[in-house]
Amino acid sequence: MEIDDILRALSDPALAEIVALTLRVTGAALLISTLIGVPLGALLGLGRFPGRRLVRLLLYTGMGLPPVVVGLFVYVLLSRSGPLGPLSWLFTPSAMIAAQTVIAFPLVAGLTMSAVASVDPALRQQVFALGATRWQISRAVLREARVGVTAAVVAAFGGVISEVGAVMLVGGNIAGQTRVLTTAIVLHTRQGDFALAMALGVILLALALLANVLLLRLQGKSQA
Amino acid sequence: MSHKYRYTLVVLAAVLAACGSQATLAPTTAPEPKVLRLATTTSTADSGLLDAILPQFESTCSCRVDVVAVGTGQALEIGGKGDADVVLVHSRKAEDTFVADEHARQRFDVMYNDFVIVGPKDDPAKAVPAATAKDAFKAIESAQALFASRGDKSGTHSKELSIWSSLGITPTQDMKWYNALGQGMGETLIFADEQRAYTLTDRGTYLSMKDKLPNLAILVGGDNLAENTDKSLLNPYGVMAVNPDTHPGVDFELAMRFVDWLLSPETQSLIGAYGVDKFGQPLFYPGTGD
Repeated sequence: MEIDDILRALSDPALAEIVALTLRVTGAALLISTLIGVPLGALLGLGRFPGRRLVRLLLYTGMGLPPVVVGLFVYVLLSRSGPLGPLSWLFTPSAMIAAQTVIAFPLVAGLTMSAVASVDPALRQQVFALGATRWQISRAVLREARVGVTAAVVAAFGGVISEVGAVMLVGGNIAGQTRVLTTAIVLHTRQGDFALAMALGVILLALALLANVLLLRLQGKSQA
Repeated sequence: MSHKYRYTLVVLAAVLAACGSQATLAPTTAPEPKVLRLATTTSTADSGLLDAILPQFESTCSCRVDVVAVGTGQALEIGGKGDADVVLVHSRKAEDTFVADEHARQRFDVMYNDFVIVGPKDDPAKAVPAATAKDAFKAIESAQALFASRGDKSGTHSKELSIWSSLGITPTQDMKWYNALGQGMGETLIFADEQRAYTLTDRGTYLSMKDKLPNLAILVGGDNLAENTDKSLLNPYGVMAVNPDTHPGVDFELAMRFVDWLLSPETQSLIGAYGVDKFGQPLFYPGTGD
């Protein structure tokens, strides 16, 4: 395998489609996870209410869920002979988004919770003393914890975009429909097309790197 | 909050929103064509056959065919849950069970090719003089030569197990020379190539990957189907539309159109011609092979 082969593979037209679908699926899953996970994480990090410890336990367990098990559960749920069968989602991008959301959501919520909980309690008292409402206090704390919250989203991005087991099971790796970077790498390695597999791997690495560069930039900004 | 920080956050949010909305809006912006979901084996997809013939069906039915390429066992499992409209597989016994279980009304012969036994070129187990798969497996077993099994309930795997059972051998994990990989044909061939192992493969997948397998050679099966001395190595493929009585969600009408198209003389000759220019022989032969 030569570098030339990898470069030639990079210009494969199917590749752009695979990258686009990967970003679409992971982007949607991340968006949903962020919209639910950040408020929930903030609530858990700030509030005191009965059952909070149990929810935290569930969330921490969720952060370590084996993706392939998530894939299996989502598969059984979405199968036409399963409870959510009428949706006809199995082997479509929707199923992949569902699986990735289940994987990403506990990461976003859990890490947000930690970030919010580690904000200096003095800040809250200070803001409260200034006569802030509950809503304003939450906003102030979230702003203080922004680096941690962003890190949560970036960590979830890295986790789901590089995940292969769940999306392979529930997406079916259908060419042009549900084939994403990771499943395409598996397919082409299986077929012995190492140059194409490597090209896809390079792109996946580049995306993960980009996410982390963004995170580092944000962290740098907050310290400045 | 610094302006640059806020700016980066806004960009991040916009990207996320764009990704998400595109995913949810995509189906409504373009009129969604009818979709036929085909669960099939890796051999029909990896060999390139489906890529070569399916566009013709897609244009006549103005529909899209989504191909889920897995092992025969999994393909039948997908069909048996009503998650595919039609299945194209190669494991006669399992197909008959599929029909008997009322997951399909009827099975149709589509095409056939053959299995071959490949192994290291220097043939450490001296399997070459064997004229049949059974004799070759016997030689491999008595030499305790490394053997790579699909181990994935695929059609090829069940064929392999039936050859072992004809010798009264049941492969177990205690047999150090026997490796059940649980992988597709391509991975198994690459394993055999790297580890100097023997394996049973369909000829089509082997031919299409031959240039990536420098250490392997066909030991039983000859250079083409006509030269295969063991007729029990014939490998018939069957197609079945999933039964709408037991699985109401499937598109039976479209599935039957696909079956009719697959069995039409035009498609059958397309199948028979596929691969001839590249490999000097067809990868699949139309009909039943009987």
